[in-house]
Amino acid sequence: MNLQADAGRKDTNTPAPKSELDSIVVRFAGDSGDGVQLLGSQFAQETALASNSLATFPDYPAEIRAPTGTTYGVSAFQINFGSRLIKTAGDQPDVLVALNPAALMVNYKGLRKGGLVILDSGAFKEKDIKRAGFAVDPRLDGTLKEFRVMEIDISAQALEVAKPFGVSQKEGLRTKNLWTLGLVSWMYDRELNSTMEYITRKFGAEDAVRDANLAALKAGHAYGETHELSGDVAPVSMPAVEFEPGTYRLVSGAEALAWGMAAGAQLAGLEMVLASYPITPSSPILHILAKMKQFGITTFQAEDEIAACCAAIGASYGGKLGVTASSGPGIALKTEAIGLAISTELPLVILNTQRAGPSTGLPTKTEQSDLFLAVWGRNADAPIPVLATHAPGDCFEVAIEAVRLATKYMTPVMILSDGYIANAAEPWRIPSVSDYAPFKVQFRTETEGFHPFVRDPHTLARAWAVPGTPGLMHRIGGIEKDYNSGNISYDPANHQKMTDTRFAKINNIANDIPEQSVELGDTKGKLAVVGWGSTHGPINRAVSNMREQGFDVSHIHIRHVWPLPRNLGQLLKSYEKVLVAEMNNGQMLTLLKSQYLIDAKSLLKVSGQPLKIEEVTSAIRSHLGSN
Amino acid sequence: MNVTVQPDKLTAKDFASDQEVRWCPGCGDYAILKAMHKSLADMGARPENTVFVSGIGCSSRFPYYMATYGFHTIHGRAPAVATGLKLARPELDVWVVTGDGDALSIGGNHLFHALRRNVDLNILLFNNEIYGLTKGQYSPTSRVGQKSPSTPMGSVDSPANALTFALGCNARFIARGIDVQAKNLDVLFRRAREHKGASFIEIIQNCIVYNDAVFADFTEKAVADDMQLHVVHGQPMIFGKAKNKALRFNAQTFQLEAVVIGENGVTEKDILVHDEKNRVLAGLLSALRPPNFPEVLGVIYCDPATSYEAAVVAQENLAKAKGPGDLDKLMRAGNTWAVT
Repeated sequence: MNLQADAGRKDTNTPAPKSELDSIVVRFAGDSGDGVQLLGSQFAQETALASNSLATFPDYPAEIRAPTGTTYGVSAFQINFGSRLIKTAGDQPDVLVALNPAALMVNYKGLRKGGLVILDSGAFKEKDIKRAGFAVDPRLDGTLKEFRVMEIDISAQALEVAKPFGVSQKEGLRTKNLWTLGLVSWMYDRELNSTMEYITRKFGAEDAVRDANLAALKAGHAYGETHELSGDVAPVSMPAVEFEPGTYRLVSGAEALAWGMAAGAQLAGLEMVLASYPITPSSPILHILAKMKQFGITTFQAEDEIAACCAAIGASYGGKLGVTASSGPGIALKTEAIGLAISTELPLVILNTQRAGPSTGLPTKTEQSDLFLAVWGRNADAPIPVLATHAPGDCFEVAIEAVRLATKYMTPVMILSDGYIANAAEPWRIPSVSDYAPFKVQFRTETEGFHPFVRDPHTLARAWAVPGTPGLMHRIGGIEKDYNSGNISYDPANHQKMTDTRFAKINNIANDIPEQSVELGDTKGKLAVVGWGSTHGPINRAVSNMREQGFDVSHIHIRHVWPLPRNLGQLLKSYEKVLVAEMNNGQMLTLLKSQYLIDAKSLLKVSGQPLKIEEVTSAIRSHLGSN
Repeated sequence: MNVTVQPDKLTAKDFASDQEVRWCPGCGDYAILKAMHKSLADMGARPENTVFVSGIGCSSRFPYYMATYGFHTIHGRAPAVATGLKLARPELDVWVVTGDGDALSIGGNHLFHALRRNVDLNILLFNNEIYGLTKGQYSPTSRVGQKSPSTPMGSVDSPANALTFALGCNARFIARGIDVQAKNLDVLFRRAREHKGASFIEIIQNCIVYNDAVFADFTEKAVADDMQLHVVHGQPMIFGKAKNKALRFNAQTFQLEAVVIGENGVTEKDILVHDEKNRVLAGLLSALRPPNFPEVLGVIYCDPATSYEAAVVAQENLAKAKGPGDLDKLMRAGNTWAVT
């Protein structure tokens, strides 16, 4: 085969493939106990260190260890990498590595026609094949006839390599992910150093297991070399991408969000209390911040979602930055408490890593269906600012912006991330905290003229007076407060005034955020594709591809979901057509229609899988005709 | 608003806010509020370092009437809000005021966890065995047969015992008092404030409108002496007008017995001496209820252990001992590469 010749075709309608390989999509799949996530993330690490651009998509089941060999126990990791800027994890894999029949069953239909399948033939015993749901061996009945297939008995290879180290049969077999990584690393000319360091770190104390894994990694690499896998699997080189100067690392959305919150707290001059309850896919934020105690960060694993939100509110009341992190079902539980923070006008940052729903839904799959919940999902008139992050690295900036708004305006702020962003990794130019302007919080200490709802005339934020401050003792609560004293008030006109004030305070934020810019294309024209959140990559690549073909289309991506940027209405009206692409059943679409009375169209997807470039390009084509 | 800086020696008045108290005339809450104003002044508490956190219900209006910091939160969640506050500001004196519906029904989970974690909170549960603010429905402490708008034929729910629940949650301090017994409440408030860790006080409180006299079987003057046992650590558990009633432990049945000294061969040396560090005894005492036993009042159990927030702070100090966090450094740890 000639990988170089057609690998670039993953983006439909790109110009004719170049002679050199500019990007490729590899999907690793196996049993959930096969170590596929480790295999994939280490390959991503090696690829990042080779200065390729990349995007990853870990796609794993909700079950921790589903029964071996079942299709529902298949765990996969997809990586798109290349010598040009990579924006998505790729529509279709060019290469599928299937470590068992179930992994093949689940994934082969997604493979590009003509793509390469690498199989562990040692895992294709009759019972495994049956268990995966194949009536007959898929290698024999033409199931794979549209693909090129390379069979290697990886299981036997790994066992053979591990034997001299005296590890158990089970431990020996478990090295097959590293054997596979060695082979794939050879195929794409990756350095093994970072993986070798990783293995040494991970198995440091267990000499035999460590050595068996190191040997497997090297053996897989050597297998590629010595078997002269020319033709179909010839090694290819992928030139480095020219990134902006700086220090880079791979970062996941969960990491960047946690670090961004820490940076935001630092810029505000506050210590942080993160109160959270374990929930997929939000938990990594709790894990990361729990290891950052030396930063003045307290983490609290509460008894439930409600308690987590309430404890964060209690911390904010005490003068720290209260933060709570969860996913849709957990956010739903927090809504009453969020109302309390709105009513008492306390800063609070709510991190919502969205997942597919409703109810338990698909916990490990991605979706953007909590937009209504974020913007409108509370009893009574209870507005809060809502921000959406669009990529792993972007989480850092969005987190800082959320802390700025929460503390400046004394309000809860919700950040919408999603399962895809949280788990995906991308190369990230590491910022310095000093790159950002500080926004130090000033607690109220002046007793003269004080009451708890005395407001800054400009921002309408109330004074933040924390317990322990002499002379400022006061009571706050969820009952309506008198505008002029902060005391309980049931006065009708006062409730109108307080409702109006809370509304104006949040609306006013539109004057303190950037105007909406156009990501790609002109500020007016035939069609604007509007997105928010993790659909940035596929929309941007699709619009870029279509523009290269001469289509008049622009990409607008909304970060400030509420309040919306002050120029957005005018901007959208400068296009003949507006297409909202999102992974829900039309929530941003409804929001924009209600705000601007525009006749926007939609591209909606709720399969739990990220939007594909091809899906966006065909939607653009159908809205613009054939140009 | 009380915004003037307090003089050094404070009186009960200095702890009363300028807000008009809005409980029903004759409500037991008035007496508790008054006792708290005086106790805090007597204890030398500082209003600026004292916070009252409450949930929802009649009792939860309490913070509005204190000239301290106060946070009237949402139904059942006061222990969670207070836990966050205490984590953020361990040096503050944090009191939680709640009721039987707030603490044991909608907020049962939070009360459980605040107690088992041993967060240094002083939790006051005003138990009137009824929902007052929602106009008289039965509560989780209402007795079987309680007639109310939601149980017109009488409640069929088995009631919860607040102190037994607290002990089951591994509370390290449990006590019980009566709304109108200010002197006794003063002792309990003082002990609770001194106790590091979660302190739980059930205050028997009379709802004059929806459940009047429900505790009359042990609070009425005529029966009070014979139906109230005030336990004191190290003292024999004797009660009664004639000071001749007492509790004895029956090892055969593993139960407490109410006995009369001088009858059936019972002498003073048969009488149990209260040991507030004895958890098994606390379990037996907390379960006693009239009419067959006296209502047990006072500090029933107090056996301190490290409080939650203190343990959290200790871990944080351990982490900080290696130097303050450097975010730029942290983000550059591990595999990075430079592009020039």
